[in-house]
Amino acid sequence: MSTATTTTEAPAAAAYTPSAESLGAVLALGERPPRPSAFSASLTFGWRAMLKIKHVPEQLFDVTAFPIIMTLMFTFLFGGALAGSVSEYVQFLLPGIMVMSVVMTTMYTGLAVNTDIEKGVFDRFRTLPIWRPAPMVGYLLGDAFRYTMAATTILIVGLILGFRPDGGPIGVLTGMALLVAFSFAFSWVWTMFGLLLRSDKSVMGVSMMVLFPLTFLSNILVQPDTMPGWLQAFVDVNPITHLVAAVRGQMAGDPDTTALVWVVASGAALIAIFGTLTMRLYNRK
Amino acid sequence: MSRETSGLAIETSGLVKTFGKTQAVAGVDLTVRAGTVYGLLGPNGAGKTTVVRMLATLLRPDAGEARVFGRDVVRDADAVRGRVSLTGQYASVDEDLTGTENLVLLARLLGHTKPAARERAAALLEAFGLTDAADRQIKKYSGGMRRRIDIAASILNTPDLLFLDEPTTGLDPRSRNQVWEIIRLVVAHGTTVLLTTQYLDEADRLAGRIAVIDHGKVIAEGTPGELKSSVGAGSVHVRLRDAERRAEAEQVLTRTLGRALAAPVQLEADPVALTARVSGDETDRAAAEQASHALAELARHGITVDDFSLGQPSLDEVFLALTDRTTDPHTAAETLEPAATDKETVA
Repeated sequence: MSTATTTTEAPAAAAYTPSAESLGAVLALGERPPRPSAFSASLTFGWRAMLKIKHVPEQLFDVTAFPIIMTLMFTFLFGGALAGSVSEYVQFLLPGIMVMSVVMTTMYTGLAVNTDIEKGVFDRFRTLPIWRPAPMVGYLLGDAFRYTMAATTILIVGLILGFRPDGGPIGVLTGMALLVAFSFAFSWVWTMFGLLLRSDKSVMGVSMMVLFPLTFLSNILVQPDTMPGWLQAFVDVNPITHLVAAVRGQMAGDPDTTALVWVVASGAALIAIFGTLTMRLYNRK
Repeated sequence: MSRETSGLAIETSGLVKTFGKTQAVAGVDLTVRAGTVYGLLGPNGAGKTTVVRMLATLLRPDAGEARVFGRDVVRDADAVRGRVSLTGQYASVDEDLTGTENLVLLARLLGHTKPAARERAAALLEAFGLTDAADRQIKKYSGGMRRRIDIAASILNTPDLLFLDEPTTGLDPRSRNQVWEIIRLVVAHGTTVLLTTQYLDEADRLAGRIAVIDHGKVIAEGTPGELKSSVGAGSVHVRLRDAERRAEAEQVLTRTLGRALAAPVQLEADPVALTARVSGDETDRAAAEQASHALAELARHGITVDDFSLGQPSLDEVFLALTDRTTDPHTAAETLEPAATDKETVA
């Protein structure tokens, strides 16, 4: 205040002298409260993810603008050539493009984990006496919110472009719920890479290498009938193919039971394998 | 809540941690009594942080054992986590969140209810002089404020043992004094503190006992006073008027002090300055007497002394003698031999 060169923080810093009284008061905690449950700790970390969205809203760009661009691009690019008209192609494409966009968004989980490790806050979490996977589950809960936003954005764009699903609101909602749940399971792949790799650039690189084949070599853009046999073999075992089939089934009001079983089974397997690997890395870090 | 005021807060034996080919910690034995401040002193890369990370359950030791309040840090990690807290070298708070949000988040994770968490956050911010910055993101805090919110987060549940890893590195003098005062108050309340630092005056001011660490090993251990007396009873610092006569002065001092010298006379980076470390135990004469005798001899040889001082050796001197590192490459070779013998007397 005294001179123009003083920074805004200087007066506050100068005024502060640690007082034995007020510090003593906070130190006299008495009984430590009981540890939070696994559920409560995970929810608290989920709340942290929401706070981060509140403070850095730019990160929602990935789940709004990117899906809109994807939907418009592929609908108008292939609409005429593949299905004769845009409104006809969008009936086929929309569930698939929704899956593609959301699954692509999952890689940001790995980036978030990786940047947090670089900072000291991760050490703080790891020294807390809480359920060990809670910080990881918290990330994924925050991400589930982002996935829901991305899916909703695409649905709105689709409806504007003329997407009229036969499954009605129930079919659309269950389809979206299935997609978000699978993405939650799939994200454990990225928490593992986030902990394993050294920089956010390498996480990005690996994510692209995994996501491009998984999403493009599937039934998202075209039916696999015209592909060569070896490629069809890959497409048939690709979990994304089954996810797309299941979501399409739900939205079309014609549930695909086989695909549903596949999706649930592969989701459970992803959590079992990559969840375990993630926690192993987390504890060893 | 049981709070041991007697007994041991930390015991380690033969602690080893290897990263690739480098042995960051090469067999460390430590004993820290509860309720005290213990300093780990050493240069960058000495292995201080690695020791702290193992004790805080962040790293698994490759060999050896470590117990915190009698609980093994590997087998009983969860019990240890319930009683310790760590303030790392880099702010262990979320930079994107505000001060309040960080503390509420942590309070919730430590089991406080929502209203209790908010109350606790407000009380901590108040006690650390951060109430005005409560709703600002941490990334907008100054260095000193960051440190304070970090320590506030660390004492949220009044830990029994607090690890402070280089708590004042990079802080301005005023913020450093604030942190020192906070540490004193926390210790006065009964929390044991393990402090790592590369600043000798910091260890000297705060720690009751100090372990000097270099290349992953404890090379000296004791109270600050013990460490100082291990290098000699005192140091005579002399500044000459004429730099050209320094070599002569060095000879005079060496001859006069003789066996009373704890180490060869040291030529400082300043071309007119010399330092002689005097050990009191070799002869019956006190360090002050030795010094005045030496000064009289210099005068007798017609060497003009502009300034002189006699003091207890600073921890800097202890440190340099023990770690075989000096800022002046010319004196490095000279201090190497006696430093090696010092090690034995200390250990």
